[in-house]
Amino acid sequence: MASKSNFTNMVVVLTSICLVCAAILGFVYSVTAEPIRQAEVAKINNAIASVVPEFNNNPSEEVFEVDGAQVYPAKMDTTVVGYAVKIKTSSFGGPMQMMVGFDNAGNIYNTSVISHADTPGLGAKMTDNNIKLRTELVGINPASVNLSVKKDGGDIDAITAATITSRSFLKGVDLAYQVFLKVQSQN
Amino acid sequence: MGKLKLISDGIIKNNPTFVLVLGMCPTLGTTTSAINGMGMGLATTFVLILSNIVISSVAKIIPDKVRIPSYIVIIASFVTILQLLLQAYLPSLYETLGLFIPLIVVNCIVLGRAEAFANKHSVCDSALDGIGTGLGFTIALTVLGCVRELLGSGSFFGLKLIEGDGMLAFILAPGAFIALAYLMVIFRKVTGKKA
Amino acid sequence: MEYVIMFISAIFVNNIVLSQFLGVCPFLGVSKRVDTALGMSAAVTFVVALATLVTYLLQGLLVKLHIEFMQTVSFILVIAGLVQMVEIILKKISPSLYQALGIFLPLITTNCIVLGVAIQVVTNEYSFINNVGAANPNMMNLPQAVVFAVATAIGYSVALILFAGIREQLELSNVPKVFKGVPIALITAGILALAFMGFSGLV
Repeated sequence: MASKSNFTNMVVVLTSICLVCAAILGFVYSVTAEPIRQAEVAKINNAIASVVPEFNNNPSEEVFEVDGAQVYPAKMDTTVVGYAVKIKTSSFGGPMQMMVGFDNAGNIYNTSVISHADTPGLGAKMTDNNIKLRTELVGINPASVNLSVKKDGGDIDAITAATITSRSFLKGVDLAYQVFLKVQSQN
Repeated sequence: MGKLKLISDGIIKNNPTFVLVLGMCPTLGTTTSAINGMGMGLATTFVLILSNIVISSVAKIIPDKVRIPSYIVIIASFVTILQLLLQAYLPSLYETLGLFIPLIVVNCIVLGRAEAFANKHSVCDSALDGIGTGLGFTIALTVLGCVRELLGSGSFFGLKLIEGDGMLAFILAPGAFIALAYLMVIFRKVTGKKA
Repeated sequence: MEYVIMFISAIFVNNIVLSQFLGVCPFLGVSKRVDTALGMSAAVTFVVALATLVTYLLQGLLVKLHIEFMQTVSFILVIAGLVQMVEIILKKISPSLYQALGIFLPLITTNCIVLGVAIQVVTNEYSFINNVGAANPNMMNLPQAVVFAVATAIGYSVALILFAGIREQLELSNVPKVFKGVPIALITAGILALAFMGFSGLV
């Protein structure tokens, strides 16, 4: 069984275990760093592709920042067809990132939730593409409706039993719209 | 001792969830659906098998007094490796399990098996023990996940069976506790064991 | 005001055991009697506050060196070391306090609350508690982190002590044989969690 402990062997063993572990971890980190980065990029690209009309440029390369939000222009043969706005906000369970896409007229093309920490089965339903909260937004202009849940006197149906999530989702959409307006006024 | 018995012990006689009642946090926290429960179970199994193997092979050279810190460092390293691998190759699972991945470090099952089994047995036996205990844990989590998903959202492994929302309480905290209690009772009845 | 909301949220709305499932093992293990529950609560509160303070500073160092992936390893080592140190110091300077808390300290290293809160504090943005929908939330600052840790630990204590009180009564009641022990405790915890759900939406 385990050997007798004295000061030297305790220090030597513990130090060498830490060193070996750190070395292994460093190695695994360097191997996985690239796949992790790619996975993240792929996620963003997927989100962009799902929220703007068809495009043939690489929006990730033309990204620019407005008010702390990332704006990805989607272009078809150098004509802008829409903008995807990445918003970082906070919801019921913690930080949440979402992508809101607008066409040139300022109508919402589609929305996508990139990451969130809300309750599975409740707030997490906002990742469902067929949830009423999100399908209702498609094609409308945020200026033409009251972007808040019906409970607060707005025009949008909240997710059942997840009012807080729905509220923060709509706030995120509104934030994205403000960013979009700024982008448009600059052009 | 038969090699097969080492595995079956971990699943039935010493089932970490239903008999030993260890590792309750991930058991309750990640089983909102069958697939999440299974993911968590397999993640823990990965760490359990590897840490059992490594600890049983280095146990002889570790002085008794720094035993626990050494085990913790080894376990934490495997957890970090798992974290990096999941992030790279299964990012969606990594995100669903969230905080519970780093918390595998403090899952009493892993340290418990290291202390109670791996440091006294051969590498091969320890690996089998890791597989058995891990499977026991995975099965328990998957079953609990199935029950909660079925009652709470009316689906089975993500497949919608019943329209509508189901009993939301089962997705939330209270249902987790109560579903686990009843599963434990059923397990006791079936195996004829007392606590 | 900000801190008051933080406390209410951590104790009632997002109770760490009853809605986030952290620290369930000791929650079931040391809740048979109210006085042991009290001892455990005090020890947890102390260690969580201290560990959060140290790991928060450590995270700053990790970020500076770009080795955030070492978070889990370094946090757990620091926590284990810290618990040992607290034990030794307590033994020397206050034997009576050591008598009361001593046996709980070694158990705390593997209490996932300590590591859980430490990680939550450095990764979660604080603003979700009082400002849902805020743009670009920031990481908690140090005082907020420590207050958050203390509030969470107090939430844990409240749940643990309430639960211990119920279990003391439960000892006297006639429980079906197969439900004895853990199952009935889990059902009790479930009902307690149901009661705490009534607080959701409070802040």
